Amino acid sequence: MPIDEQIHEFVGARRADLVRFAALQLRDPALAEDVVQETLIAAMQGAAEFGHRSSVKTWVYSILKRKVIDALRTRRQEVPVSQLGAAVEDDDGCEGLFDQRGFWATEHRPHRWADPEDSLEQQQFWQVFEACLDHLPERTSRVFMMRELLGLEVSEICQELAIVTSNCWVILHRARMGLRRCLDETWFAR
Amino acid sequence: MMNCKQATELMSQELDRPLAWRERMALRLHNLMCRGCHQYRKQLAFLRMALRSRAGGD
Repeated sequence: MPIDEQIHEFVGARRADLVRFAALQLRDPALAEDVVQETLIAAMQGAAEFGHRSSVKTWVYSILKRKVIDALRTRRQEVPVSQLGAAVEDDDGCEGLFDQRGFWATEHRPHRWADPEDSLEQQQFWQVFEACLDHLPERTSRVFMMRELLGLEVSEICQELAIVTSNCWVILHRARMGLRRCLDETWFAR
Repeated sequence: MMNCKQATELMSQELDRPLAWRERMALRLHNLMCRGCHQYRKQLAFLRMALRSRAGGD
């Protein structure tokens, strides 16, 4: 099948996934639609240079990631990230999890998750997963998505958002702690 | 000995930067004795894998 048809087929079948991926990070459904539209156009225009170096899925997502980063940059000029979620800055997301000596409180000590890989195949799991991501404070979520969904290095994120590296590590730690806890309680609940 | 709060911080940073030899040893020692943190590390790895699969990596 010619490459432009493959791209069309992929975007046709996975459009909803692409929009959700963008919307998770942009928190703006209309903007997410626009970004996916632009991604499709860019993918079609670049089809000639794609040349099967990677799968169509990887190729389309790599374009989508660049478009999301561009959209985040444009919007940052309107809403500086430093103003997002400043009120929850002091909440370290860990209260109650550890005892006074810094060891797991008995009721919060992590237990083995049953068959986590099987969960990935379940649509319901992803709904819970996304709800948990949405639950994170906006600033925390922004940094976490840049790291895990867009795959940026910490140094790039720090530079982009003008925050110091150690702060970035703290934010990522809180995001993982919060996401793990939410999934533990709502999906893997024992 | 390192406590769980410090261990969870290092387990997160381990996903973002190479840990120093001393940090790796301290963390390994802690996790050998702490079942909670041992599970936590596996669960963080799962979160990363889940997110990367979502982001078109294959």
